[in-house]
This record gives sequence, C-alpha cells and structure tokens, in this order.
Amino acid sequence: MAKVIVYPPTSMILSDLVERMGHKALVVPEAVRNLVTANNIQSPPLNVTPEGPKKGLRYAAVDVPSGVRGRMSLIGPIIEESEAAIIVEDPGWLTGCSGCSRTNELVRLLIRTKGVPVLDLSYPANDAEAKVFVQKIKAFLGGLK
Amino acid sequence: MLVTKYVITSSESNILPSDIAMKIYGSKYDVVVKETCFGVVINGEEDVINALVKEIRALDPAGIFIKDRGFPPGDPRRCRGRRGGGARPGFYMIESESKILPMISRALAWEGDIPAVPEKKRPLPIGRLEEIIKEDLS
Repeated sequence: MAKVIVYPPTSMILSDLVERMGHKALVVPEAVRNLVTANNIQSPPLNVTPEGPKKGLRYAAVDVPSGVRGRMSLIGPIIEESEAAIIVEDPGWLTGCSGCSRTNELVRLLIRTKGVPVLDLSYPANDAEAKVFVQKIKAFLGGLK
Repeated sequence: MLVTKYVITSSESNILPSDIAMKIYGSKYDVVVKETCFGVVINGEEDVINALVKEIRALDPAGIFIKDRGFPPGDPRRCRGRRGGGARPGFYMIESESKILPMISRALAWEGDIPAVPEKKRPLPIGRLEEIIKEDLS
C-alpha cells in the first residue's frame, strides 16, 4: 500500500479512486480533522494558532502571505509523507482551503521536486475521456507497491 | 480515533441517500449518521467506519463514492444552521465534482476496450519555442 497525495487535495473522485485500489489517499480533510478534533483546542473555534504559519515557514519564505504559510502547514507534511502523486491540472473549481492559487503552485512544485512518481491528468469532459481517466489511474496505482 | 466520511451517490445510481441511511440504521455498527441531499455523513471509530464503508460500497460499487471530512457531522463550526445559512465551504468542491460523477461511474463499470482519445492541444514547450527562434534567427 502506497501513500498517494492527490491534487486538488480535497478531491472526492481522486481520493475515492486511490482508496478503491487499496492505497492510502493523503488528503487535506485528514489534516484538518487532526487540528479541529484535538483534545486540547488551544485556539477555538478552528484551533488555528500562530504555530501554523511557523510550520509553513519550512515551505515558504517569511514574506509570503500568512495564508499560504497557513495552508502549507497542513499540506506540507502531507507532501513529505507521500510516495506517489496524482495531479489533475486546471480543475477550474478550486475553492475553500484549495482556493489559493499561489499555494497551489507551490504544492505542485513541491510534489514534482520531491521525485515521487507523478501521474498528470485533466478532468474528463465526456465518456471516452472518463474511461481513459479511470484506466490511467488504475494502471498508475496498479504499478505502485 | 473518531473519523468522519462522506458517502456520496452518483446522480445516476439507483441507491438513494435514504437507502444508505436505512442500511446503516439496520446495521450492527455504532455510528452517527446524517442524511444529506447528496449522500450521508458518517462518524465513528476508524475501524468501524472502514468496515461500514466496505458494506456501503457493495450496494453500488461504481456509483458510490467516499470522501474524508475533517469536521464531525453537525459541528457548530461548520453546520449552516448555526452559521446563519449558506453552503459550508467544502460543499462547492463536492457540487462541482458531482457533475462528472455519472461519467466516472460509467467508466468504472465499463469492461470493454478503452477508446482512443486524441490528446488535447497543449501550449508549445519552452524548449521547442527556443529552438524555433534560434532556427529563424540563424
């Protein structure tokens, strides 16, 4: 079982396909869960503390907006943990914690520079593309240990 | 550890969110379930949820999709009833991806040959552009 990071990191379709194939999908909701359901919430309601942007300093410089560093404090450790990646380019509907374009550029860059196997795709627009999309993901995940 | 997952049905699936909720109510598992318009939210111990997810997926393997969720169901920090209405922030991603779920479901159920799809046109790679410029200038 490999740990596979998916981009967009909140994608339902990608995380589901990864789990179906018996691998572990690394997604942001898991990182959010650890933060908001911790027994000792230090900063209610969302437990966002000054420690978040400090963790993000590991991935982005101090002059980068705190929103990028805050997001990277959640996504950065996931990237470090990953053993493979599936990237869907230009989804066109990134919102919420995935709605920061600068963070997304940095996430894609860090994934690519990490040197793990990466599958690049785009979302399907018709049935034929969907079949190829699913088949490529199956083949990629089937080749992982 | 308590985990929360979304169970989302494709719009073409014969399984309704209420069917999934009824299956969970009738099961032996001790979980919290919340029915929504697009599926159900389940919350419980990780082992229990993983076993339950396998059973739910068996109802319609190609038409049911599972996604992790950070907040527990009905959490006042996310529940729109407590926030004065409006969709919660993560809903838009689900809404957008739900539109292509029927295609993904059909692709998962497909057992025939994979059709050849012409590759989409991509921007000219920078290396090739440099070569063209050098050729023209030389």
